[in-house]
Amino acid sequence: MIKKQYSLTVCQGTGCISGGAEDIFSSLEDEIDRLNLGEGIRIKRTGCHGFCQRGPLVVVDPETSSGLFYSKVAPGDVSDIIQSFLPGGKPVERLFYRDPASSKPIPNYHDIPFYRKQERIVLRNCGHIDPEDIDDYLATGGYQALRKALFEMTPEQIIAEVKQSGLRGLGGAGFPAGRKWEATFRAGGNEKYVICNADEGDPGAFQDRSVLEADPHSVLEGMVIAGYAVGARRGFIYVRAEYPLAVKRLRIAITQARDKGFLGRDILGSGFGFDIEIFRGAGAFVCGESTALVLSIEGKRGMPKPLPRPRTAEVGLWGKPTLLNNVKTFANIPLIIVRGSEWFASRGTETSKGTAIFSLTGKVANCGLIEVPMGTRLREIIFDIGGGVPGGKAFKAVQTGGPSGGCIPASLLDMPVDFDSLTAAGSMMGSGGMVVMDEDTCMVDVARYFLDFTQRESCGQCIPCRVGTKQMFSVLDDITTGQGRPEDIDLLLELGESVAGTSLCALGQTAPNPVLTTIRYFRDEYEAHIHEKRCPAGVCQALVSKTPSLSKREGEGDK
Amino acid sequence: MDRRKGERKELISLLQETQTELGYLPKGAMQEIACFLGIKAVEVWGVATFYNQFRLVPLGKHPVKVCMGTACHLARGRLILEALERELDIKVGETAEDGNFSLERVACIGCCMLAPVVVIGDRIHPKMTPFKVEEALIPYKILTKQAS
Ligand SMILES: Cc1cc2nc3c(=O)[nH]c(=O)nc-3n(C[C@H](O)[C@H](O)[C@H](O)COP(=O)(O)O)c2cc1C
Ligand code: FES
Repeated sequence: MIKKQYSLTVCQGTGCISGGAEDIFSSLEDEIDRLNLGEGIRIKRTGCHGFCQRGPLVVVDPETSSGLFYSKVAPGDVSDIIQSFLPGGKPVERLFYRDPASSKPIPNYHDIPFYRKQERIVLRNCGHIDPEDIDDYLATGGYQALRKALFEMTPEQIIAEVKQSGLRGLGGAGFPAGRKWEATFRAGGNEKYVICNADEGDPGAFQDRSVLEADPHSVLEGMVIAGYAVGARRGFIYVRAEYPLAVKRLRIAITQARDKGFLGRDILGSGFGFDIEIFRGAGAFVCGESTALVLSIEGKRGMPKPLPRPRTAEVGLWGKPTLLNNVKTFANIPLIIVRGSEWFASRGTETSKGTAIFSLTGKVANCGLIEVPMGTRLREIIFDIGGGVPGGKAFKAVQTGGPSGGCIPASLLDMPVDFDSLTAAGSMMGSGGMVVMDEDTCMVDVARYFLDFTQRESCGQCIPCRVGTKQMFSVLDDITTGQGRPEDIDLLLELGESVAGTSLCALGQTAPNPVLTTIRYFRDEYEAHIHEKRCPAGVCQALVSKTPSLSKREGEGDK
Repeated sequence: MDRRKGERKELISLLQETQTELGYLPKGAMQEIACFLGIKAVEVWGVATFYNQFRLVPLGKHPVKVCMGTACHLARGRLILEALERELDIKVGETAEDGNFSLERVACIGCCMLAPVVVIGDRIHPKMTPFKVEEALIPYKILTKQAS
């Protein structure tokens, strides 16, 4: 009845599911059955496409250049979508994505600026394969890297390849991955561990979650290769408490990988054995820090170990050498093995190779998960991919690096984004949160928000962090409630310096960044709060009577 | 605990399972876990209070979580929190006297592009407004009425 073969993918990421994507999938299936079109239309579930804001998403023929992108699909649209495949049927125009500026419909998946300007490497399979079906991963070349590593390469060669690629850890600090692998490899003993850090504690980042939900096998494959390279036989994935769907998909993936012989005692008959367990975090930001995470897996309170301390690569889990990397770091590995370090190092900047992944959110037209080569300019990310600030508002700042990072002002929009330039601007790559702020955002309130977060999450073992962040928070709280004193800005700078300089772990050392950068770039806002008792953005409620009315903004969430 | 080996590293997952089953961590259960693992009860307590996930008082039948992550904060999540406190007549961190609802704050559930976000039971409610909070709670309120 249908001449052509169509493929229909329905996103089943957390975002789309919250919009009812599960019902849409089953209605589509029912409709295909009812009309007996199963031969002509293949339907499958995928993980997150990264464009959750437009969800639920349905894509027709995503692998072809004419793929259609349907956004905000509701159950009522299901029959029209199916009818469109019948002879004489037309695409469902009302579901096309519309350019936020011109309102022009853009039917083709690949023409949407949000996708066109990205370069998806870590996210290569996200939104394309069924994360609950290992065959789909295999069909894209999955586990070929593992085969190559086990049968054609020695551990030394793998480590050399990772080193040459220039891959830096994507968990925040940007430590060269190859050096960490080498240190774990060289550490003595025959019991070693590999840990994947999927704690993703930065409030405002969700890329690790999306990768685990959409493409869990690429992370597993990276971990097995790492295990073989450093000489470990057991791996753990430490997953954040709030990510139930990621845990479910990982469980399925691990079971399927065991069935196919990619995990277990004797992987693919190579004699090498490796298995992976999931460990569910219990909600503590500080447990993303490597030594705290290790303690947490041991069943203890996650408190970072004071310096000087041996490196986790030498003395880690249960005192054994342990390789700890972030989700995205592992997800890069299969490609580096298959395509080679040169291919990988051809993107990026001198010191930061490969791609960067950001969770683009806040006051930006296209929110979502994006991947761009390192060195892409902030302006391209926010205005070309993100579509700029909606509602005709003015861009004010972009926050990166979460509670450890800072706010970057409009004057630095032409900055290339990589590990080092972000640090130079007073911020951080961090775990990749990128939150856009517009004229309606109060920078003092933002600083207060992050300090509120860090003072709650401080593990409490060292005084500068425990007491210092509380003090900074209370000064900020005074300023936002109209009780700021002229000397407060200097006080904040002084406190910030001492917390940064004397805290035990990176949580405290970086906690003042949101305050220091907002003072550096937006000092006038602090001064307006302190001297004029005025909140220029109209956010701080205690000062709001002197600023434009709040009531008109209350309904903003409706959009 | 039958499936368990009694190893120290099982503590957090034991606590998680206990909490899933009972809704919170009663003192007796923590003592039992301490015995089982052969560690001091105070050590179990220390771990239980360190992690945000664990509760020492029961959660409501319909636990409500408000996201207070960065994106949700910028989207005025605080107004949503206040609306929920009004609607449920409890403060954040509390459980209602009849045990039906409890209210907690969490830092980012990874749906930032749908901010502000509220989770009721297992369901994520995207793009909330104070008005939609009322609406979202109606089915749960009907359920609790029927139950009583
Ligand atoms: C307070 C704190 C929180 C952190 N949270 C995370 C996290 O959520 N995820 C992560 O991968 N790394 C996190 N890190 C960084 C880890 O300590 C570690 O550097 C990283 O996981 C190593 O992996 P990579 O080399 O692949 O980046 C955190 C560090 C600190 C100090
Ligand atoms: S900030 Fe609320 S879901 Fe991320």
